Amino acid sequence: MSASSLPQASSYAPAVDHLFDAMLLLCGAVAIGVFAVMFAFCIRYRRGHAADREGGNTRLGVELAWTLVPFALFLGIFGWSIGLWAKLRTPPADSVPVYIVAKQWMWRVQHPDGTREIDTLHVPLGQPVRLVMISQDVVHSFYVPAFRVKQDVLPGRYTELWFTATRAGRFPLFCSEYCGVGHPSMRGSVVAMAPADYARWLHAQSSPGLAARGAELFRRFGCSGCHDPGSGVHAPDLRGLYGAPVPLSDGSVVRADDRYLHDSIVLPRSQVAAGYAPIMPSYQGRIGEEDILALIAYVKSLEVEGGQGHAHP
Amino acid sequence: MRIPESTGSYARDNYLSQGRPGLRGWLLTHDHKRVAILYALAITGFFALGAVAAALVRLTLVQPDSQWISPETYDKSFTFHGIVMVWFFLIPSIPNTLGNFLLPLMIGARDVAFPRLNLFSWYLFMLGGLFTIATLLLGGVDTGWTFYTPFSTMFSNTHVIMAAAGVFVSGFASIVSGMNFIVTVHTMRAPGMRWFRLPLFVWAIYATSVVMMLATPVLAMTLLLIALERLAGVGIFDPALGGDPVLFQHFFWFYSHPAVYIMVLPAMGVTSELICCGVRRRVFGYRFMAWSMLGIAFIGFLVWGHHMFVAGQSMYASIAFSLLSFAVAVPSAIKVFNWLATMYKGVIDFHAPMLYALGFVGLFTLGGLTGLFLAAVALDVSLTDTYFVVAHFHYIMVGGAVMAYLGGIHFWWPKITGRLYSEPLARFAAILMFVGFNVTFFPQYVLGYLGMPRRYHDYPPPFQALNVVSSAGAAILAVAYLLPLWYLGRSLWRGASAGPNPWHATGLEWTTPSPPPHDNFPEPPVVERGPYDYRDP
Amino acid sequence: MSTPQPLAHAPQFDDPTQQRTAAVLGMWAFLVTEVLFFGVLFAGYAVCRWRFPDAFAAGSRHTDLPMGAIETGVLLASSCAAALALRDVQLGGRRAATRLLVLTAALGATFLVMHGFEYTDEYREGLVPGLRYTQDGPLAGKMEFFFYLYFAITGLHSVHVLVGVVLMLVMALRNARGRFRATYFTPVELAALYWHLVDIVWIFVFPLVYLVGRAG
Repeated sequence: MSASSLPQASSYAPAVDHLFDAMLLLCGAVAIGVFAVMFAFCIRYRRGHAADREGGNTRLGVELAWTLVPFALFLGIFGWSIGLWAKLRTPPADSVPVYIVAKQWMWRVQHPDGTREIDTLHVPLGQPVRLVMISQDVVHSFYVPAFRVKQDVLPGRYTELWFTATRAGRFPLFCSEYCGVGHPSMRGSVVAMAPADYARWLHAQSSPGLAARGAELFRRFGCSGCHDPGSGVHAPDLRGLYGAPVPLSDGSVVRADDRYLHDSIVLPRSQVAAGYAPIMPSYQGRIGEEDILALIAYVKSLEVEGGQGHAHP
Repeated sequence: MRIPESTGSYARDNYLSQGRPGLRGWLLTHDHKRVAILYALAITGFFALGAVAAALVRLTLVQPDSQWISPETYDKSFTFHGIVMVWFFLIPSIPNTLGNFLLPLMIGARDVAFPRLNLFSWYLFMLGGLFTIATLLLGGVDTGWTFYTPFSTMFSNTHVIMAAAGVFVSGFASIVSGMNFIVTVHTMRAPGMRWFRLPLFVWAIYATSVVMMLATPVLAMTLLLIALERLAGVGIFDPALGGDPVLFQHFFWFYSHPAVYIMVLPAMGVTSELICCGVRRRVFGYRFMAWSMLGIAFIGFLVWGHHMFVAGQSMYASIAFSLLSFAVAVPSAIKVFNWLATMYKGVIDFHAPMLYALGFVGLFTLGGLTGLFLAAVALDVSLTDTYFVVAHFHYIMVGGAVMAYLGGIHFWWPKITGRLYSEPLARFAAILMFVGFNVTFFPQYVLGYLGMPRRYHDYPPPFQALNVVSSAGAAILAVAYLLPLWYLGRSLWRGASAGPNPWHATGLEWTTPSPPPHDNFPEPPVVERGPYDYRDP
Repeated sequence: MSTPQPLAHAPQFDDPTQQRTAAVLGMWAFLVTEVLFFGVLFAGYAVCRWRFPDAFAAGSRHTDLPMGAIETGVLLASSCAAALALRDVQLGGRRAATRLLVLTAALGATFLVMHGFEYTDEYREGLVPGLRYTQDGPLAGKMEFFFYLYFAITGLHSVHVLVGVVLMLVMALRNARGRFRATYFTPVELAALYWHLVDIVWIFVFPLVYLVGRAG
């Protein structure tokens, strides 16, 4: 019933719809029951109508039965829903990251190969896609009804969302968290294409690759002046950094993930690596979120290409 | 027996004629009944303002890309609608009008414990309202009633501080009333009025007051932080410095979810009174009903996170909040089933208050059940921030709280004014309201399911048909809301005198003349029986 | 005190006992809401300190510990004076109670003056977010959160102290005029309760603000 009105275009959608239908059935039964009983009593016990009105006291058993039985049924729904939720929150290992930067009032998309698009997201069918999202200003929310997925996009913090498109076509994308006067114009579409079509589309965009763009930015913003292995400045070597544990000057250890790298660029003095002076200037406001994503991609690539990436002190 | 029937003459010596005359007598009154009237007049005005804002919203949505008001005006309209309806109508609606009027009467007291504070609460409320109207006159505010950061703190160019100040001040009115009611119930009960002889309406107001008292300070402080953050340009919710906008959402919903129970618990109390009188039976499972109110008030404090399933809170937090949200449905379900069971073997009169009460039970059931969809995280992920949520909470707040408020106003109107209104017109209005409400809001469930997000003035054309239906329903609803103004107002001059107890109802408030005298009871009442001692059949 | 007049009570109450029970319960209810007001700020403090422990420690080291310690002593002494004043009223005393109430108010005022000096120093050092914040260094940004919360919490607390000082002076005046006696002391009791709450809040503020960065 629900499929006819709203396309099921992701691997997750049918599962959600099954749960929705089960819920509709259960709640529908309760609602119809309540209304039916109400009408029946209204007719039977209306003033002036002869009916047996003897007895009928409060009974604990009745009370407990109609409380606990529906509750048990709904706990079943709860368990079912939690199972789906856990699935939605754990992207498969083979998912491909795509980076989304939201700002008033547009969606900027960057693919790992550097292809960029605005308000449109092309994805291949059958391939799990993991969106890594951040906002440049206020809270937004990435919502694709046909995929049954939604995730708020926060400023200053990455949030993730994954899906596998299962049906080719163009599906509406909405911002669903009110973000100012342009909120309803913050719409776009997700285009799901057969893998071959997708490859052709990607090829036609012919961009240099996200990491390559990051390398370019690495030089343009002057990062290389300090962070190049050959530099005379005492700054951390970034080769092999991604994913490695980093000891901080306060004695704690953090993992060099997306969030750490992001914060190290915009708020370098909040987490200073042990053994280094806090001399790095903040790039807050000087570098956009998209460029940060490119830089992070570049730092990640250093791990792969560097090969000799050393263990960190 | 005809119900309602005139059971005596209009009491000449009543709270309206006694006491200091003129405007001063009203504006400086310490009489809880007069304060209740002051509140009723104020919230009727605010309801009208909020309704106008809603009308703007519904008219805009008739067309997918309507240009007849600017997007800015649209945003300000739904924000104003939300702020006014939540804080200046729904929250004070039943507690501060019916609650103020009836609580001392129902427990057999001469007044509330702190009559001066009671009047002070009204002045605070009006001051808050003044700020809110000033916000409107200055050009409005566009953050939505939820004031989400960092939009409200760093990005909005509208009058956020003024709007927050209005809500802040009215919050104190709420706190003061809550404290007053709690102390009144604890210390002012008449001899023999034991806790489990209290009418359920009193239990409801008591539970509501606890929530008001414990939740509202959190909102007030949070709004203060918003204002401070806007003024100082720095603050703990500002992500630019590493602050956390989600922390704001936690604080906000820590108040605003319990606030839902501030709106609906009193409605449950009213409905319990109306149904018992309408079916002339003792309420089924009195103790369950009383405890479930306290249960709702308590668990209601633990479910705020279900507003934030997609906001970036941890997966485990969401699981816990989801489970608790299912749990809070249990006491609500107990109430619905018990109301039905109360009807069993009753003698049912379909007078206007009973129609409102039945409407409440039906609409609250639908609103509550759709709430379970939203409590299930996996479904909430796709349904939240869509019209499904809008429909859900309007079923609870308009279908539930407003229906019960109007039902209560009709039921106690003869007590408050000493007059009987036109029953046929009242029944017609109740039915029209039920129909209009469903036509307005049921399509919104479907719209939400199909993915229409909230707060869009400009939406994809396929959503138009359902939006037109919804707007048409709103027009019916508007007529249904205007009707009572007419026939209730008319009854003040033309209505037959009601006498003390036109419904032949139980409860101390019906033992005193209508309208009640300044001191409530000619003789101090002594209670010997539990509530709802109907012996009609 | 020759012929004790019958105790008056407000018309809505049956007797003075009911009035007193209601008043005290009302005061406790009010104190609960106060705890929640401060609770939001303390929750915000807890979250931020958990996220930025270093900056909070550094911020704390900028506060004036000796001043804070003396202020704590002053408030504790004032609470003691308030308690003694109440006891004195309950025992039927009048003169000592008036003096003790004035002493409480004076100690409260001392606290406010000392805090005023602290605020002035912090303004000079450029530690006031939004007005004059001139800190520099690796932790300056996050330290701003500390000072933002510091001013929010101590500011709100100082407003409460100010209200308390006025309240105590009113009580002293009313006591001097003989309004209270061994059988009627509710207002003094309520004022003392309020004053103790103000004191207790400070007992939480002091370690959170002044001591947190100085441990170990």
